[in-house]
Amino acid sequence: MIRFILRRLLQVIPVFLGTTLLVYFMVFALPGDPIRALFGDRPPSEAVIAALRQQYNLDQPFWVQYGLFLKNLFTFNLGVDFTGQPIAATLGRVFPVTVMLAIEALVIQAVFGIGFGLIAGLRKGKIFDSSVLLASLVVIAIPIFVLGFVLQLIFGVYLGWAKPTVGTDVSWGTLLLPAFALALVSFAYVLRLTRASVIENSTADYVRTATAKGLSRRRVVMAHILRNSMIPVVTYLGASLGGLMGGAIVTEGIFNVPGVGQKLYQAILRSEGPTVVAIVSVLVLVFVIANLLVDLLYAWLDPRIRYEK
Amino acid sequence: MTASDVTITEAGTPADRPLLEIRDLAITFNTSNGEVNAVRNAHLTIMPGETVAIVGESGSGKSTTALAAIGLLPGNGRVSGGQILLDGEDISHASEKRMIELRGNTIGMVPQDPMSNLNPVWKIGYQVKETLQANGRPSGPEDIAKVLAEAGLPDAQRRAKQYPHEFSGGMRQRALIAIGLSCQPRLLIADEPTSALDVTVQRQILDHLEGMTSELGTAVLLITHDLGLAAERADKVVVMYRGQVVESGPSLELLQNPQHPYTRRLVESAPSLASRRIQVAKEQGVEAADLLAPAAEAVAADNVLQIQDLRKVYKLRQGLGKSSDFAAVDGVSFNVLRGTTTAIVGESGSGKSTVAKMVLQLEKPTDGKILFDGVDTSLLKPSELFKFRRRVQPIFQDPYGSLDPMYNIYRTIEEPLRVHKIGNKASREKKVRELLDQVALPQSTMQRYPNELSGGQRQRVAIARALALDPEVIICDEAVSALDVLVQAQVLNLLADLQSNLGLTYLFITHDLAVVRQIADHVCVMEKGRLVETGSTDGVFDAPQQEYTKALLNAIPGAKLMLPPEVA
Repeated sequence: MIRFILRRLLQVIPVFLGTTLLVYFMVFALPGDPIRALFGDRPPSEAVIAALRQQYNLDQPFWVQYGLFLKNLFTFNLGVDFTGQPIAATLGRVFPVTVMLAIEALVIQAVFGIGFGLIAGLRKGKIFDSSVLLASLVVIAIPIFVLGFVLQLIFGVYLGWAKPTVGTDVSWGTLLLPAFALALVSFAYVLRLTRASVIENSTADYVRTATAKGLSRRRVVMAHILRNSMIPVVTYLGASLGGLMGGAIVTEGIFNVPGVGQKLYQAILRSEGPTVVAIVSVLVLVFVIANLLVDLLYAWLDPRIRYEK
Repeated sequence: MTASDVTITEAGTPADRPLLEIRDLAITFNTSNGEVNAVRNAHLTIMPGETVAIVGESGSGKSTTALAAIGLLPGNGRVSGGQILLDGEDISHASEKRMIELRGNTIGMVPQDPMSNLNPVWKIGYQVKETLQANGRPSGPEDIAKVLAEAGLPDAQRRAKQYPHEFSGGMRQRALIAIGLSCQPRLLIADEPTSALDVTVQRQILDHLEGMTSELGTAVLLITHDLGLAAERADKVVVMYRGQVVESGPSLELLQNPQHPYTRRLVESAPSLASRRIQVAKEQGVEAADLLAPAAEAVAADNVLQIQDLRKVYKLRQGLGKSSDFAAVDGVSFNVLRGTTTAIVGESGSGKSTVAKMVLQLEKPTDGKILFDGVDTSLLKPSELFKFRRRVQPIFQDPYGSLDPMYNIYRTIEEPLRVHKIGNKASREKKVRELLDQVALPQSTMQRYPNELSGGQRQRVAIARALALDPEVIICDEAVSALDVLVQAQVLNLLADLQSNLGLTYLFITHDLAVVRQIADHVCVMEKGRLVETGSTDGVFDAPQQEYTKALLNAIPGAKLMLPPEVA
């Protein structure tokens, strides 16, 4: 088991180098001059531009820029962005917000998705099942930038149950509405996956045998149907965590959440290579670790899967 | 005395009252094609401590009847008439609450397939424990170990901490028997408890089950498709056919004097019972001794296949780059005479299928030679190998898995002709029609798809496909094992007819000795990769030399019932 974890962690190194290189190159290849773009309509003197270029290593060829970035990264010196703020401090500010948002969304989609999915699966073909299926289809069909605004309007503006935007006031409470919006789409998939898995497992031979042993319906459902149905669902939930962290750009925009998505969007607009790559690097780490955890959880849920000892 | 006077106690019912009585039972399934009556007018009586077997082919309603007795009909099925009296109480429409009380404690079940009936994610011990707990019995580690040990599981304390996938099929079935009997029910429903197991394991398990139930005084409702097994194990036999009970009575009486035409057909085609009869028929035809010249002369005789000191070694990974050798086939030599049938028998893991794969050139031997018509097959060039494949064709076990569900029957049978570029479109179609005639399938089958055919029909299609290229040798890997007895008998007869008409040579791989007796001229018995005994079928069956062969022969259910004592 330890060997398996170590090997998986070692795999992070090539993944990390590959993604950072790719992202760095894409930012480098963006058209336009980021320094000139900083100044808008009043161009500064050529001397100032040259000085700024030198300060951000923009006068160097691509490989040198990337090499310098890596060197800074491994000496824990991420440098400053174009507004003069240290990048490390920016990361420390935005990541906790997004982590909170992602965890809240994950909990919402897991609890409601698995709960509704289980009930729907056990009552296959009944009214509850059909209406939940229909509702989930509607949710999947509507894009997040419509859904987000609708939720904001209804719960934030008309009903006034939550603050329409988050702004600087970040707490579990204020993040609830954006987390709900963020969770909705994955929630529909979790629900459908759980439902399908429950239906499949309900007809398994071992479920019939469990009933024949004299177990109560509750025990049969919890210990034999639900537990076995969780195997594919957990895989999906783990994989979706990465998506919740990085894919919150639209949601964070709608609800004005000062998180990773918003910061990343600004940095891309400004062609700030180091900031973009720093954020993406952390996201890559989160993604790889989330997947490792899923694999470990998977082995725990299904004892037939054993990794190299 | 009314039913309520009798409380369910350890003392049980008065001996003269049935424990389970099924009266006029009807079971209906709601399907997309409307209602289907799966069971009609079923009658059945089980006295306390008695063993009753229901015999019938798949789809006869035997399992459905038994499931109704424990309230486990599938969601779309319901009892639409009649009564199921357990100790005088009608439980055909009992509440779920009442059924949960009865299950485990009063009615236990041992299901059919040990592979799919244990939950793969829980330890064996846990699955025993929850049974004990649900029925209010002590469930400490020593209680669990005791239950498992009683079912014949060695080293029970350690085994209880293992998962189902770490168990062999036989051990899993023991665990399921342990679970079924753990709360000492008064009635045990055993639904084909051993049909998925090797014969010798089957015998051990059934012996053990019999011992346990007679010790506990448990009545057993045994469901089986094997009449021999039913007659050997049960006091009474009930024969079901198409949802109806066609005949019932004491086992031996029913076997020796079957009344209903269906029962007669069952008795005639049960391989375990009919083995002697077919042998007699054979002797009237071909003189068996002619075909089985001594080994020295056999080389000079027309040996289509010569297997010489064949070995196959697999490397088993043991982690950290280490591996150990495992000899699946170890020094096997035998010859196959043209126009005869040679059977390789053995249990799962004996290496018999590996031999078949090597003969078919699907696996490379580690060592040794396979000579086909005197030519070493390992020296064949790719183009020669292609021609070789025309002359040696396989028929596999699973007629469900070995036909492509997306190909209709015409395309399935025509494919080998097309691959080998034989004839044109018109002549190929003519050939397919001929082949369908040969295997006794109607021409209309051509446009149908495998899922529209029964198991027996599919196996006929597989045979037609194998015959398409006019092969000389056909390798049948468990070709009839998945079929019901009656269908099995039909397919075996078809194979025998084809052999005499076309002069085919068969290499027959099977675990079923009863089938061997019906079809083979020559037998090779394999155990753990080695050939332990070879000889003529008569020789091996009448005077087995090796302990292992004797054990295999003894394990055939019902063998003792019909064979003279000196043979058994």
